[in-house]
Amino acid sequence: MPDTQTKPKFRWHIVVFLAPAVLVYTAVMIYPLFNTLRLSLFTEIDQERVFVGLQNFRTLFGDTVWSTQFWNALGNNFWFFVVHMLVQNPIGVALAAILSHPKLRFASFYRSAIFIPTILSFVIVGFAWKLILSPIWGIAPGMLDAVGLKSLYAPWLGKEAYALTALSLVSVWQFVGIPMMLIYAALLSIPDEILEAAEVEGITGFASFWKIKLPLILPSIGIISILTFVANFNAFDLIYAAQGALAGPDFSTDILGTFMYRTFFGFQLQLGDPHMGSTIASAMFAIILVGVCLYLFGIQSRMRRYQF
Amino acid sequence: MKKTTLIGAMLATTMLAGTASAEDVTLTIESWRNDDLAIWQDKIIPAFEAEHPGIKLKFTPSAPAEYNAVLNSKLDAGSAGDIITCRPFDASQALFEAGHLADITDLEGMANFSAVSKSGWSTDDASVQYCVPMASVIHGFIYNKDAFAEVGVEVPKTEAEFFAVLDKIKEDGNYTPMAMGTNDQWEAATMGYNNIGPNYWKGEEGRLALIAGDQKLTDEPWVAPYRQLAKWAPYLGDGYEAQTYPDSQNIFTLGRAAIYPAGSWEVSGFNGLADFEMGAFYPPVQNAGDTCYISDHTDIGIGMNAATPNAEAAKTFLNWVGSSEFATIFANALPGFFPLSSAPVTLEDPLAQEFISWRGECESSIRSTYQILSRGTPNLENETWNASVAVIKGEESPEDAGKRLQEGLASWYDPQK
Repeated sequence: MPDTQTKPKFRWHIVVFLAPAVLVYTAVMIYPLFNTLRLSLFTEIDQERVFVGLQNFRTLFGDTVWSTQFWNALGNNFWFFVVHMLVQNPIGVALAAILSHPKLRFASFYRSAIFIPTILSFVIVGFAWKLILSPIWGIAPGMLDAVGLKSLYAPWLGKEAYALTALSLVSVWQFVGIPMMLIYAALLSIPDEILEAAEVEGITGFASFWKIKLPLILPSIGIISILTFVANFNAFDLIYAAQGALAGPDFSTDILGTFMYRTFFGFQLQLGDPHMGSTIASAMFAIILVGVCLYLFGIQSRMRRYQF
Repeated sequence: MKKTTLIGAMLATTMLAGTASAEDVTLTIESWRNDDLAIWQDKIIPAFEAEHPGIKLKFTPSAPAEYNAVLNSKLDAGSAGDIITCRPFDASQALFEAGHLADITDLEGMANFSAVSKSGWSTDDASVQYCVPMASVIHGFIYNKDAFAEVGVEVPKTEAEFFAVLDKIKEDGNYTPMAMGTNDQWEAATMGYNNIGPNYWKGEEGRLALIAGDQKLTDEPWVAPYRQLAKWAPYLGDGYEAQTYPDSQNIFTLGRAAIYPAGSWEVSGFNGLADFEMGAFYPPVQNAGDTCYISDHTDIGIGMNAATPNAEAAKTFLNWVGSSEFATIFANALPGFFPLSSAPVTLEDPLAQEFISWRGECESSIRSTYQILSRGTPNLENETWNASVAVIKGEESPEDAGKRLQEGLASWYDPQK
C-alpha cells in the first residue's frame, strides 16, 4: 500500500491557477518582446520582409548618420539618470528621514502632498511645467523678478545647455515621492529596540541616522537605484510631451525612447521604419539588461543584510 | 388607441429607414482634419448627398499626429474606410506602392488640375495619379494693420524695406516685431526657410534643379534664405527659444506682435480670435521689380481605398471633389485652404482673398524638401527644421548649415553625389 503513494499525483490546480497570468503575460509582454528582437534582424526591400542578420545593428553603430544620434541619445540618457541619482534619491531619503521623525506634525499631509505628482499623467506634468517656465505666460520669470533675481531667468527649455537638465529636474519633481515612500517604509520597519540600544550607547540624532538607520536601509536604496535606472532608460513620455518627437532644441533632450519612437513610427516626412526601430529597442533592452545584471551580481549579492 | 397608432407609426418609420439604408451605399472617409468635422457634417456632406441620392457619407477623422500610424494599421487590418485623405508625397506614395490606394488616373475630374497641383499625389514620373488634389496652403506674412498704422509703416515690398519696417516697430517698442518661436522647430523651416526661400531659388526652377542634381544646397540660392533668417533673431520676442507655436499664435492674435510669418491655414482660426484688422503680404523680394515667388503648397488630397467594396460610389464622390462646386464650398467653409482645381472659385473672406490673389502676381512653387528629397536618412525636411533653428539662434552659420544639409542629402541621394 505505501508503494502506490510514493508517486504523488500531478497537481493540476497549480497549472489551472497559473494559466490566466501566464497566458496574459505571454500575450502582452513576452511575445511582443521576442517579436521585437526578431524584427530587428529583418528589413524591408520592395514591400518584402527580408532576413538580414545583424545588418541593422551594423548600420546603427557603423553608419555615422545613425551612430551619432544613438550616442547622443545614450549620453543624454546617462545625464538624465545621473540627475535622478544625484538629486531625486538623496532628496527622497532626506524627506523620508524627516517624515519618520516622531515629533513632526502633519506628517501624513506632507507625505500625500509630495506623493501626489507621482500619480499625475506625464502629459499634465509636461504641459504644466512648460507653462510655468514659459518666457511669455509663465510664472517663473515673474517669481524670480519679485525676489530681484530676474537676471537668472533664461528660456531654459529652449536652450541647448539647460533643456535636458531642466526636464530631468521636472521628472525628479514628479517622482521624488517614490523613493520617499519606499525609504519611509524601510525606516518604519527598523525596530525601536535597536535605536534605543544605540541611544544607550550614546548614539543619537544625526549619528544615529548615519550609523544605524542608513546601513539598515541600504538594500532599499539599492532597489530604488535599479528602479530609477530601468525607468530612466525606458523614459519617453515627459520628453515627448514637453519637446515633441524631435526632442529639441537641436536634439539636446533626445533620449533613447524618443529616438526609438521617431524611428519606429516616423515623424512628419520621415516614414516609420519598424525594423530600425526594433533595432534601437533591442539595444535599449540590452543596455537595461546589462545594467540590471551588473547590479544584481555585482552589488546586490554582496550587500549585507540584517535580521531583526 | 392613441398608443397603438404611435407604436404603429414608429414601427412603420423603422421599416422605412431599414429599407432605405439597405439600398444606400455608405462611404466612410478617413482624415486627419478633425478641426473640419463640423464643416463636413454641416456643409459638404449635405451638399453631396442632396445631389447623389443613394450614397451616404461618414466623415471619421483622427488626430493629425496619429493619422499616419492609425491609417496604416487600419489598412493592414482591412478595416480602413472607403475614402482616404492623402498626405502629400511620400506618405501617400508608400500607401500606393503597398497597394492600398487605387489608381485613379482616368477619373474625369482629374482634367481640372494642373501638373504642379497633381505632383503631390502622382508617381515620380507623373504617369499614375492616386489621389485627387483637394487643397493647398500659401505662405506669406500676416500683419496687424492697426499696429502698422500706429507705428507709421507701410507694407514692405523688398527685403531692405522689410528690415526697415522691423527696425521701426522695434524702436517704437509697443509691439514685438515678429511672432515666431523656435521651440517647436517646424515654424522656423516652414514659415521661415520655405516661406522666404522661393524668392531666392526662383520657385519651381530651383526646386526641380535640386531634385535633378543641377544645384546643390551649398549654392547661393539655397544658402541666402538662411542668411536672411540669421538676421531675424533680434526681432523675435524675448525668450523666443522656448516659444511654442500656440504661443506665437496667441501673441499675434492678442495684438502683442505686428507681423506673423504665416501659412494661409491660420486665416480661419485668426479671424475668430483677433479683434484688429489683419492684412497679408508675400515674402519681400531682393530688389524692387524682381519677380516674386510664393510657396503654394499642395497639402491635402483625397483618394480611394483599393480594397473598397463600393468602388463605383467612391469614384462618383472623387469626381465631385474635383468639381468647382466642391471647390467653392470647401474654400469658403475653410478660408485659408485653397482649392487646387483650375475651376474658377469665388472667395468671400478678405484675408484669404489677399493670399489667393498672389497666384496671379507671383510664380507658385511647393516646399522644396517635400518631393523625393525627404525619402532617405537623414531626412532632409527634419534636418531643415533643425538647421533653420540653429541659424536663427546663431549657433550655426548659414554656410555651415548648407554644407551639413548637402552632406546629408548626398549621402543617400544619387543625383546629388
